Amino acid sequence: MEKNILIPIGPQHPGFKEPMRLDISIDGEKVVDADIILSFNHRGIEKATEARSYIQNLYLIERVCGICSHAHTTSYCHAVEEILGLQVPDQARYIRTFIGELERIQSHLLWLGIAGHEIGWDTLLMYTWRDRERVNDMLELISGNRVHYAMNTIGGVRRDIAQEDISGLKEGLDLLEKSVKYYIHVITEEETFLMRTRGVGYLSTDKARKLCAVGPTTRASNVKIDVRADDSYAAYLDLDFSVVTAESGDVWGRSIVKTGELVQSIRICRQVLDVLPGGEIRTKAPPKVPTGEAVSRYEAPRGELIYYVKSNGSNMPERVKIRSPTLGNWLVMAEMLKGVYIADVPIVVDAIDPCLSCSARVTMTDYSKGKKVVTTLGALGKWKKGRRGIA
Amino acid sequence: MDLLKWARMKSPWICHFNTGGCNACDIEVVAVLTPRFDVERFGVLLKGSPRHADVLVVTGPVTQQSEARLKRVYEQMAEPKFVLAVGVCTCSGGVFHGCYNARGGVDTVIPVDVYIGGCPPRPSEIIDGVVHVLNKIAGGGLAEKSSVNEGQAVQ
Repeated sequence: MEKNILIPIGPQHPGFKEPMRLDISIDGEKVVDADIILSFNHRGIEKATEARSYIQNLYLIERVCGICSHAHTTSYCHAVEEILGLQVPDQARYIRTFIGELERIQSHLLWLGIAGHEIGWDTLLMYTWRDRERVNDMLELISGNRVHYAMNTIGGVRRDIAQEDISGLKEGLDLLEKSVKYYIHVITEEETFLMRTRGVGYLSTDKARKLCAVGPTTRASNVKIDVRADDSYAAYLDLDFSVVTAESGDVWGRSIVKTGELVQSIRICRQVLDVLPGGEIRTKAPPKVPTGEAVSRYEAPRGELIYYVKSNGSNMPERVKIRSPTLGNWLVMAEMLKGVYIADVPIVVDAIDPCLSCSARVTMTDYSKGKKVVTTLGALGKWKKGRRGIA
Repeated sequence: MDLLKWARMKSPWICHFNTGGCNACDIEVVAVLTPRFDVERFGVLLKGSPRHADVLVVTGPVTQQSEARLKRVYEQMAEPKFVLAVGVCTCSGGVFHGCYNARGGVDTVIPVDVYIGGCPPRPSEIIDGVVHVLNKIAGGGLAEKSSVNEGQAVQ
């Protein structure tokens, strides 16, 4: 039997908007094995949080990821608020939920566009990104920013939703609903889309559970998990929505789940606008946080996001640990790639909606020995000590 | 104006490389290419290979692992080449300044032509930067290419 051929893809590659390297072994046209090489985006954020105050960290953590920035800060705030024992006002809980859902809408629309791009159907990219601008307009109306909203602060939110803006926001949601209906029609009936996504990148329910997949990836394999429903936070307990799942377990199923979630998110947003309680938007938080630790879970657009915060009584955290959703999905991605055609690699990679900026971790590779060593951040801090700033 | 320069001005092709940014600038760069902002009206096209591109659009504070790649991507481009630094962390390190794994800005590695501040810059600001690059191709409007850590900031 012939030896398999290894094709390196990336880190700079037209198929990926972010730097990652994928070494795929192929046999003819089929992928036999895939090796993922990450950490092109590793900046050392977890270490940097230890040298900044809790409030400063909000703006650093927001920049873990530009697409789900609100998810990261909300999760961080929940953890710190839990240590402080702070009660967040109702209005703030609802605003957090609203921004979180708008973020999910823009993230899923972004994904749908990129998925269209990966299967060579740029029209879909142009359509979804046109509609995504509407969401950006709404976010800008509330927060003044298109991408990093800076809405969260410890103890609440920084800006209120003005009463006179509500009708404009509702109009925006109506327009979005109209286009989402069109996308659902496209995804379920358009032959171009069906032929490229059906049966591609299959993941069984069993494998999804075993490899601990998260978010829409696992919901598309008929595993019904969603932190919003299972371990409710913010205002989700008071709102009515359903968890969307699909049974097919392929790229098509993931598209169905994501467009289904668009509908649910619009539904949640409408409910929030109808029942906004009004009143205070933040509880004042002390600068110093007493000794303690907390874990918070959040359903980011890509899946379950976990924050662990440990405090030592000062105004800076002792440790912040981030488990981003994409990190939970790498294993299943390598699994899904096995057996697909080379031409399908980009869409399968994209189907987990990889967000590399939040999942880059430190692994040191000793090429001379061919060994990989996962180091702790502390050890790496020592290793680089004196070279630049922080450690 | 000679023919080559004229052609280059009418259709500058760009290549995008993320050197460890948070994605925000990247999605704004893509937003610039999509219907609402549409830089294709200036002839700007996104190209996959740096060998085809005139302008390298860099986002991110340059992490240690992407540094060598950035140099390689830059070297692969044909002369004359232009570099557009998008976002404040690409210009100077920004919020990641002092992080152990991030260099303070892309101009510590390769020369930069136009800096665009903002975190992330709005699409209109990116278009403004692109227009500055076009002016530079035409040979007017901006200072000479910075070597390292020098250059004119576009706010």
